[in-house]
Amino acid sequence: MPGRRISPRLAAAFAAATGGLVFIGALVTALVRLPANRRQFRLSDVAREAEQAGFRALPLVLLLGALIGLILAFQSAIPMRRFGADIFVANLVSVSLLRELGPLLSAVILSGRTGSAFAAELGTMKVNQELDALEVMGLDPVTLLVLPRMAATLLVTPVLTLMMDAAGLIGMTLVMVGFGYSEPAIQAQVQQAASAADLAGGLAKAAVFGAVVAAIGCRAGLATGNGPRAVGLAATAAVVGGIVATILLDGAFAMLFYRLGW
Amino acid sequence: MPIIEASGLAQRFGDRTIFRDVSFTVAAGQVFVLLGGSGCGKSTLMRQLVGLLPPTEGEIAIAGARITGPGAGPALAAARRRFGVMFQSGALFGSLDLLGNVMLPLEMFTDLPRPDRAARASAKLAEVGLADAAGRLPAEISGGMAKRAAIARALALDPPLLFLDEPSAGLDPITAAELDRLILTLRDRRGTSFVVVTHELASILAIGDACLMLDRNAWPDAGGVIAAGPPRVLKAESRHPVVRAFFDRTPLAAEAA
Repeated sequence: MPGRRISPRLAAAFAAATGGLVFIGALVTALVRLPANRRQFRLSDVAREAEQAGFRALPLVLLLGALIGLILAFQSAIPMRRFGADIFVANLVSVSLLRELGPLLSAVILSGRTGSAFAAELGTMKVNQELDALEVMGLDPVTLLVLPRMAATLLVTPVLTLMMDAAGLIGMTLVMVGFGYSEPAIQAQVQQAASAADLAGGLAKAAVFGAVVAAIGCRAGLATGNGPRAVGLAATAAVVGGIVATILLDGAFAMLFYRLGW
Repeated sequence: MPIIEASGLAQRFGDRTIFRDVSFTVAAGQVFVLLGGSGCGKSTLMRQLVGLLPPTEGEIAIAGARITGPGAGPALAAARRRFGVMFQSGALFGSLDLLGNVMLPLEMFTDLPRPDRAARASAKLAEVGLADAAGRLPAEISGGMAKRAAIARALALDPPLLFLDEPSAGLDPITAAELDRLILTLRDRRGTSFVVVTHELASILAIGDACLMLDRNAWPDAGGVIAAGPPRVLKAESRHPVVRAFFDRTPLAAEAA
């Protein structure tokens, strides 16, 4: 019986899946060997990437956080006012921001800004044979290039999320003050609605999102193909993959937190 | 003992065989040239030799240690400390200046304090004529300077063996001749062995102690070796039509005349 050919799309999907597994294996290997290869994990690289991914993203995070807080407060105040419940806008916005929107939007910003940059940087290095140069020098590209980027985003994403939460609460407070509520009343509502566990859960999610977005961006860069479009395609794959993974992970966290009763 | 022994090398990608039955040895202190037309597998063979591509068949040993096949990982890792590689593009790290590029292997594999590393890297840059460009980024230098900086980086740990992929490609004749002189100086002063991938005829005749000529049609179904020996001897004596065509090629201007 003549063999049937696998469709190119199926073959490409299979190659992407196995490539992803190989990358995860390389990450685990690099982590296990880190004590022996600690010279290749340069703290100066972690600091540089943290500055790029964190400090330089701060204005955008603060702007978006404040706008999200404003918009959420306005939109939810309209229906809640009909029932005389507009003071509870503070409860709604604070819980939404701390548990969901803060970490989620920070990760989306990170995907668009940092994940794509990682893919483009590493993709360009691959096209220029710099990754080959590292390998023949006996250096591990995952330890030297991927782990510092993941460590940096793991550290800065919770901070960015905290900043986004704060900016969102300020935006919400501005709207509520405009509606005639006093700041102490708004603050009391926020404290009553949101707990430290909400904040901690959100920040923990953000740390995981940050590391995963960085890993997806780096993986896209290392898997860059040949040709002039390859780096652009890698950056696109990093953004799409980062956002999809973030949302899938958020769903998994929602189920986990539900099970844990948080 | 030869510094490289390769036997029965073959490379296949899917249904396509790039080359097969490639065997050769490189003596210590020799400039060994891999030559042939485009697409004959020179760069693929070099990727095999430096451990970037496991050969589909065959074995490679560097300084007596087998670096291919099962369980050869530690030997390959050890061999990589004994050779340096210059890629066709130079492959300098864009975020580091030239001094930083040359210092990187010293930082990773020696316990030298930073001032000593910097001094040694500066000396390597001076050796290739780039003493004044140490602080410049790769994006700020010419192609010829990038190749010389890549050679300085490859020399950082004083390896006894250097692989150079198309060192003269894209360079003007004067810069290409300077690179050839540098290769011969390193061979004569330090006894460094070289494997050079090139199809620049002038360079082959100027620097090659021995060569291996590949051709994409050496076998009915694959490329392979069509000639081996000192380049000047091949030029004078070989009767193989591809070798003759390679060494006897005449400039277009002469043909037109």
